[in-house]
Amino acid sequence: MTTAIGAPLDRVDGRPKVTGKARYSADVPMPDMAYACLVNSRIANGRVTGIDTSEAEEEAGVLAVLTHENLPRIASQPPLVPSLAGGPAPGETFFPMQDEVVHYGGQHIAMVVADTYERAQHAAALVRVSYEESPPVTTIEQGRDQAYEPDAIFAGFIPGRTERGDVRTGLSQADVQVEATYTYAGNNHNPIETSTTTARWDGDELVLHDATQGVNATQLTVAALLGLPLSKVRVKSQFVGGSFGGKAMIWHHPALAALAARKVGRPVKLALTREQMFTSCGHREVQEQKITLGAKDDGRLTALRHHKLSPTSPFDNWAEPSLNAAGQMYACPNYEGVYRLFRANTMTPTFMRAPGDATGMFSLECAMDELAERLGLDPLELRLRNFADVDPASGNPWSSNGLSECYERGAARFGWHDRDPRPGARREGNWLIGTGMAAACYPVTPPNTPQRARARLYADGSVVVQASTPEFGTGVATAMAQVAADALAVPVDRCRLEKGDTDFPQIAAAVASSGAGMISAAVHLAATALRDQLIAQAVADSTSPLHGANPADVVVRDGVMAAGSASESYADLLRRNLQPDAEAMGTWNPPPPDTPYGMATFGAQFAEVAVDPELGLIRVRRMTGAFAPGRVLNSKTVRSQLMGGMLWGLGQALLESNHMHPATGRWVNSSLGEYLVAVNADAPDVDIEIIEVEDGVVNPLGVKGVGEIGQVGANAAIANAVHHATGRRVRKMPITIEDII
Amino acid sequence: MRPISYSRATDAAGAIAVVSADPTTDYLAGGTTEIDLLRQNVLTPRRLVDINELPLAGIDDAPDGSLRIGALTRMSEAAVSPLVRERFPVIAQALEMGASPQLRNMASIGGNLLQRVRCSYYRDAVSPCNKREPGTGCSAIDGFSRGHAVLGTSEHCIATHPSDLAVALAALDARVHTRGQDGEQAYGIDDFFLTPDHTPHREHPLQHGELITTIEVPTAPVARRSMYLKVRDRESYEFALVSVAGALSLVDGTIADVRLALGGVGTKPWRAHRAEGVLLGASADRESFASAARTEMSDARPTTFNAFKVELAQRAIVRVLETLKANGSPA
Repeated sequence: MTTAIGAPLDRVDGRPKVTGKARYSADVPMPDMAYACLVNSRIANGRVTGIDTSEAEEEAGVLAVLTHENLPRIASQPPLVPSLAGGPAPGETFFPMQDEVVHYGGQHIAMVVADTYERAQHAAALVRVSYEESPPVTTIEQGRDQAYEPDAIFAGFIPGRTERGDVRTGLSQADVQVEATYTYAGNNHNPIETSTTTARWDGDELVLHDATQGVNATQLTVAALLGLPLSKVRVKSQFVGGSFGGKAMIWHHPALAALAARKVGRPVKLALTREQMFTSCGHREVQEQKITLGAKDDGRLTALRHHKLSPTSPFDNWAEPSLNAAGQMYACPNYEGVYRLFRANTMTPTFMRAPGDATGMFSLECAMDELAERLGLDPLELRLRNFADVDPASGNPWSSNGLSECYERGAARFGWHDRDPRPGARREGNWLIGTGMAAACYPVTPPNTPQRARARLYADGSVVVQASTPEFGTGVATAMAQVAADALAVPVDRCRLEKGDTDFPQIAAAVASSGAGMISAAVHLAATALRDQLIAQAVADSTSPLHGANPADVVVRDGVMAAGSASESYADLLRRNLQPDAEAMGTWNPPPPDTPYGMATFGAQFAEVAVDPELGLIRVRRMTGAFAPGRVLNSKTVRSQLMGGMLWGLGQALLESNHMHPATGRWVNSSLGEYLVAVNADAPDVDIEIIEVEDGVVNPLGVKGVGEIGQVGANAAIANAVHHATGRRVRKMPITIEDII
Repeated sequence: MRPISYSRATDAAGAIAVVSADPTTDYLAGGTTEIDLLRQNVLTPRRLVDINELPLAGIDDAPDGSLRIGALTRMSEAAVSPLVRERFPVIAQALEMGASPQLRNMASIGGNLLQRVRCSYYRDAVSPCNKREPGTGCSAIDGFSRGHAVLGTSEHCIATHPSDLAVALAALDARVHTRGQDGEQAYGIDDFFLTPDHTPHREHPLQHGELITTIEVPTAPVARRSMYLKVRDRESYEFALVSVAGALSLVDGTIADVRLALGGVGTKPWRAHRAEGVLLGASADRESFASAARTEMSDARPTTFNAFKVELAQRAIVRVLETLKANGSPA
């Protein structure tokens, strides 16, 4: 029987999205809508000494001007816990406009509400703020001397220091050592849809339309901040216009929109501007990583030391977890990973695509390339010699792996083995040509709470599954229709996902590549339970042709249950019994943290670049990626996500950079004109192979997710190719013209 | 956005009269930069006079081989014009490497010349900036200045002129024709753009209300072998870090005519007169190319962040000259 799962189905919501019919959080029409605009601090450290709102208040249409002097105090500040954990998930443990202190540039210090967006914006520009300014700390050079080693980052989820074996002994046993320091520019998410919340009070009940990766995370966070019962907060989010981690945590604007709506007694829409997106929802922090590798002459690693230094906010111990995948990639008996932080005038950084591992694996994979060169080994061969048969972090077996096949298939597709290893050996006119490769690894992180979905089959045979998850570009509505179709054995075009509403069964925020795995688990279990329930009903129904059959003998195809020659459709069963529909819940209990398996997704990345050494130009000519993401739910959307990830890797390697002006503590490149992301003209041929591996541990369908793995290693493959082309090691991201000439 | 009143002009004389009479009234053409800056409170006019319906679009061919490009001709229209492509390929290339297709469909040729600088400190409406608020100081000089100028700078401003088209026009001795309260004027392109000196807020010599009507590109046989090289981080939709507009004519291996102008490095579109002086009559070899490039950049005043441009510009000049030389004689 052909299955829906894995088929390259077109997106079910493609047409409404491209024709403008899909409703995003700013598109929800409401009568009597008011509009809020935020005023942001122009200093990064100090305090507000006065806010003159009189001019703004006199403008036509202005309904309210809120500042720390009149905004209600929040009920409680929940701790910073990643939204995947299923609890309140504030982006930082600081809520603005509670007092006059300014901690970072762009901090929200006032909010204007008016009857039109334009009037609110104009009045916001008329709010006069005076400051007492102190010199800010914003750069690594300013903070290096004050750095400390935190006990833990990530709300205690990740220790500040991880050791196994003894790294000094390992280094002393090494025949060869490589030590290198890598620096990383700050990155911003830049989804097309800026973060937006539309808030409406219905008596004491709050309804939010919020651009979020998890409606329950918004609900839990806003309820805690405002002191509301969860039953009085409903959050909807049908469509989200991209996120990449910028909407993974719940920042201040949903609660501010709710407070504004309560103040003016009207629905309020609060949409961040593009510029505010750079200072309102976190970013990938500027960072420095130092790698020390020790290896024997044959290439086997004896030691890996990986230290990271980065700025965090005054309130939270945040570092993106850059030492995860890099710590479990290779069989290496002696390991030391350390995070060091310093307090800076920044908001708390946050998740951004391939959080942590985009940078951590860049450091490791560039260092491995240096090691291969030192040893005279092919870079791929060096990686094969250090293949980790078990998870080095725990000693547990892998739940599934597939890395060897990724290396093999990726290398074959790319033509890796024809490579002349000498740097700078290939020239075409003004261009030097080089190739590079890198391994990719991203941990599989199950959610911490049960995930639920509901399946309903109507008496006409059509199916609705419900889960609270929003659709933020991954294709979840399409993939979950495929999952439901296979579990119920009905045609996929009869199945539909209803989503994006806290009134539906709870799904945690879809972050860290966890969405496809956890949502498919809940949908699969719900649909399977419904199928079993309908079979049980039929065999117990004396009027059914299937009466008395053994449920285990019943097979279903195209919505028709059959046992031997007897058969009946789901629809006939329901109609005969005058049932409008049948429903079942599915609850998936994720593997606990002590699950005795290493769980990670693997891949291999290859890139060919052309470098014009005189003009410093770097152009990526082609990329090949081979990945083993477990079960593929929709081969088209999976391929798209992997390709998008690889191009993100290109952007991070060569383009994406924000720059802090040290004297003022403000980001300089806060627009899409000046903050460069890759455009179509930069995108080369991207060749992708998917290695399917079975995984019986991670979740019922063995789905490991593809949101991040495409990016991991793509940047390192490009940097290694730049070295191969030119002979030059550039140990930073992005690599730009001035690094080459 | 500040409240703004808007009207649509139906005749040039009326529009000129209205704008000239009121310092808080500005013209609106393609709007591709102006609207952004209005929304960010960098520009603060109270009235806009939309000139898009004035009969100032189109490209005329004069018998002497020169072209007259109407100020309201869209960038995309000018770029596809066979006259432009045949006689002045450097203009077509510069246009097509500017902005994005969507912006080029809107942006006018006249507006392109008057587009405002991309300096982040100018555009944030907050930082001290002598161009936006004279006398407040320049944040870029000690700030993030990777995109800023190394030629024509002053202690008051180092912002780069962003236009690609203007660089090509500078190489071709274009003339800017205007109409104002005092009648018609024509400016040589080199006089049309001002360096910042003590008055960075003054970017051109136009009186308020003086309207660009036509860009005249004089005949230049050398331009048939011309090109535009734009060096930037990404392949599209980015302003130049360094750009070079060049044209070259050789007789027996000797340089008989040459045009060079630089973008991305100057506070105005930078005609490389000194380099041309070195090249004219010299033999067309790498040594003279490099010597000319070195001469042109010898006065460069870089910052920490844009120091690479001094070397990069020289290499780009050499690359353009070598490419033009290798491309053979003009048809």
